[in-house]
Amino acid sequence: MSEVATTWAKQPDTKPKQPSRLKVSEAVIRFAGNSQDGIQAIGGFLARLAGRSEQEVMTFMTIPATISGGASIFQVRIGSGEVLSAGDECDVLVAFYQHSYESHINSLKKGGIVLYDAEHVDPKPEWQQDYNHVGVPISSLTIEAIGGTAKDKGKNLFALGLVAKMFELNTTKLEKLITERFAGKDTSVVTTALNAFHAGYGYTLGELMETFQFMESHRAAGDQVVMNGNEALAYGLLAAGVRFGAAYPITPWSEVMEILRRELPKYGGTFVQCEDEIAAVSMAMGASYAGRVAVTGSSGPGISLKSESISWGVMAEVPLVIVDVQRGGPSTGLPTSVEQSDLNIACYGGHGDAPRVVVAPANVEDCFYTAIEAVNIARTFSVPVIVLSDQSIATRIEALPEPKIQKICQDLTPNLRPVADHKPYDLSSPDGIPEHHAPGTRILSGKYPILTGLEHDEYGHPTASPKLHAAMTAKRRRKLQELSSSLPTPRVYGPEEGDILLVGWGSTVGPIREAVDRYLAAGDKVSSIHIRHLNPLPPGLDIIFGNFRQVLVIEMNDEGLYGYGQLAALLRARFMDKRLRSITKTDGLTWKVKEIRERVKPFLSDFARRR
Amino acid sequence: MTPIVTEAPTTQAPTLPAPSRTGGTFTVVNRPGEERKALTKKEIAADHPTWCPGCGDFSVLALYFKLIEKRRLFQEQFVSIAGIGCSSRFPYFVQAHGVHYIHGRALPFATGISLTRPDLHVFVFGGDGDAFSIGGNHFTHAARKNVKLTYVVMDNFVYGLTKKQTSPTSPLGFKSKTDMWGAMDQPINPMKQALAAGATFVARTTHSNPNHVLAMMEAAMDHDGFGFIECLSECVEFYEGAFDASNPRKGGQFVEVPKDHNVADEIAAYRLADQPFPGYFGVFYKNGRPTKNANEAKIIADQRAKVGGLKDWEILKKSFDRMK
Ligand SMILES: Cc1ncc(C[n+]2csc(CCOP(=O)(O)OP(=O)(O)O)c2C)c(N)n1
Ligand code: SF4
Ligand SMILES: [Mg+2]
Repeated sequence: MSEVATTWAKQPDTKPKQPSRLKVSEAVIRFAGNSQDGIQAIGGFLARLAGRSEQEVMTFMTIPATISGGASIFQVRIGSGEVLSAGDECDVLVAFYQHSYESHINSLKKGGIVLYDAEHVDPKPEWQQDYNHVGVPISSLTIEAIGGTAKDKGKNLFALGLVAKMFELNTTKLEKLITERFAGKDTSVVTTALNAFHAGYGYTLGELMETFQFMESHRAAGDQVVMNGNEALAYGLLAAGVRFGAAYPITPWSEVMEILRRELPKYGGTFVQCEDEIAAVSMAMGASYAGRVAVTGSSGPGISLKSESISWGVMAEVPLVIVDVQRGGPSTGLPTSVEQSDLNIACYGGHGDAPRVVVAPANVEDCFYTAIEAVNIARTFSVPVIVLSDQSIATRIEALPEPKIQKICQDLTPNLRPVADHKPYDLSSPDGIPEHHAPGTRILSGKYPILTGLEHDEYGHPTASPKLHAAMTAKRRRKLQELSSSLPTPRVYGPEEGDILLVGWGSTVGPIREAVDRYLAAGDKVSSIHIRHLNPLPPGLDIIFGNFRQVLVIEMNDEGLYGYGQLAALLRARFMDKRLRSITKTDGLTWKVKEIRERVKPFLSDFARRR
Repeated sequence: MTPIVTEAPTTQAPTLPAPSRTGGTFTVVNRPGEERKALTKKEIAADHPTWCPGCGDFSVLALYFKLIEKRRLFQEQFVSIAGIGCSSRFPYFVQAHGVHYIHGRALPFATGISLTRPDLHVFVFGGDGDAFSIGGNHFTHAARKNVKLTYVVMDNFVYGLTKKQTSPTSPLGFKSKTDMWGAMDQPINPMKQALAAGATFVARTTHSNPNHVLAMMEAAMDHDGFGFIECLSECVEFYEGAFDASNPRKGGQFVEVPKDHNVADEIAAYRLADQPFPGYFGVFYKNGRPTKNANEAKIIADQRAKVGGLKDWEILKKSFDRMK
């Protein structure tokens, strides 16, 4: 709510207040409570509402590592313009408990509003000056509204009502969303929910100076769908024509497999929960070999278990999509936090020379399209493709333009038409890209393919011939070089030349672009690029780098033994460009715009000094 | 560059997965007017096996060829899958679609084929180390899931390919390169292992009795579910004479499962499995519970019925409508 932030400072309590109304372009609202309070649900309602109002929305949430009772937050940023990240600081904090109040007050902007449950929170005098405190007896008013028993339940909807009032949100749409959410349940459930919501909405926020109204959105009207990154990946895979998957549960990947397990049978497909990740990757590989690209996925430790099979897929040239929803590592690490520390294992985590493809979606919408792209690269190049998502994209909700599904949906039914002859590892194909004829294909020459992990001749029979090993190794490499040359060069965000180029990958795109926006507004020559294809890299990066005096790679991983994060090290090895430097962090949290700017500052002032 | 999918297939592409079959309903792809004769050994044999002369695995291969010929299987109807080991080299020697996968993981790979391609019969071959050591977990779970496939473990009580280390079926006291003082870990009893895991077809045979091997393979193939055969297969290089006691030509005894044994009786099957070496040969146990293939097909049928006649994109559109 940048435009209005300065007017929020609490006024001295002298004359009677007249509520005023302010137009805002965006707002960041954080709900803090415990996991059983239904915090995620409020966030979901707000995100969906934004989606239905042609507004942009981005959310950020934490899932407590323990199953129940842990502290939990949900932050939602709604805007009429482009929303790139979940926001560094919030404009409004809704605190259900003392611990929520105390641990999250720091995330509130100076002058921001803290809306707290007066029965559970004791406001601190020292914070009264900096923040606009609004106490509401949320618990008892909720009980009053919905009846005595439902102690903790409904508080979330009451709070949603309060926020709806504050921001003049469209109540008709919200009521519809609430009704839809509880559809299929007892009508009394819907009534209770609506009662709680209305009680919150009807509450007079006496102490509050203003209500807020979002400005008209500039977005082209069109249907938006609201979902998180895991959902977008799962639905992207379905649209791509994937009809088989296998996996073992692990946070934060599990949600993808749960969705696919539920959805695939509707499409005639199957998803199998396996005994472990090795079985899962093997089963998916078997299904892929059988004719239709399949999917497996995991997070952190599970990816390690799949690595032997991925090398087999490279050797045998079998397509497969492997999703890695990254979390903090190594080992069990930080299961519910974000990190980008699996880039190395994705690109190089296998024995032998095993070139595979690695792509990383940038946001929720991109998860949908990256899933489809991964499937198509896998089947075109007969190679395992790793999709590197991460915990923050996986769990955050965004509104995206509804994909043109009828056009996008693919049918990958295998072609089993008989062929005259077939060499699965034909060395005469100039680009090294093989053709795959699934089992069930009659081959009229009577010579049948063996797919194998042993080095092989063109029919797949074992050989230790030095010449063939060299030729086949080159073939497996060559097809990725072919892929590389067909990839689009990333576009520079901001001017094409300048002092500093920020390089990002995966979920960091939002805060990086937002940082660039601020630099440009201030006249600093800082631009950015976002790399989606990490292995092989797209062409033209060296030319882009050459137009800047410094190239800073921003990542969520450790700077490593030699001072370079994982992508920075990879780019350094690739381009040997001294301009490439690294900015990394390992706190398990997404980059804040402010943090990026602070870390970039020394480089900028260096240029300013030299100028 | 050739995309995997080009045109609509001329053969009926399988919808995923069709009702499971009990033998005999495979698709054959004939040229117009073509009369096909059963594949001969010459047509079905590929590379000359790299096994040591006298290795028991030869006999299993020969009987696989016999099975294909006798049951008139054509290459478009089956796949041969294996892990790693001497025995797992099997697919190279068969002129048909085949896969040489990684050590111990042939079963999950084969499961991926079985569940998505009901038009194919999936045969899996491997050794005792492949099945019960590195692949032990997969054996248990493929059996309990009752995946429709035929699994022949060529058990030689030793690691052949890696040249004589102890295997999980090596008997106590067996001297190997890793147990120079004699094996000390209780060997796995494959029959008991299979029964406990919930395998629905459990049989035992030995390479030295070809007719019996063929009979067991046929019975396993006709079984609608996880058909498991332990086939004693002598490693002449590293464990010579291991199975003499079961070979009448070497002064041993080949004792078949008693005629009055009830194959539906799991406890009786355990009793047969509990006999000291060389034990019984034949079908120990059989159970007709539904396969995973059938269970999944039922879920698919139910879910498809729920979405009515919608096209795939329409189903997805409906999901998206709910996310607005
Ligand atoms: C992951 C892995 N570990 C170890 C090996 C080495 N290896 C290959 S075969 C084998 C044992 C084979 O024994 P068995 O399965 O009984 O087959 P046999 O050779 O006796 O037929 C081993 C340990 C391997 N190929 N892969
Ligand atoms: S080493 Fe043993 S198992 Fe391997 S081929 Fe030779 S005899 Fe057969
Ligand atoms: Mg063995």
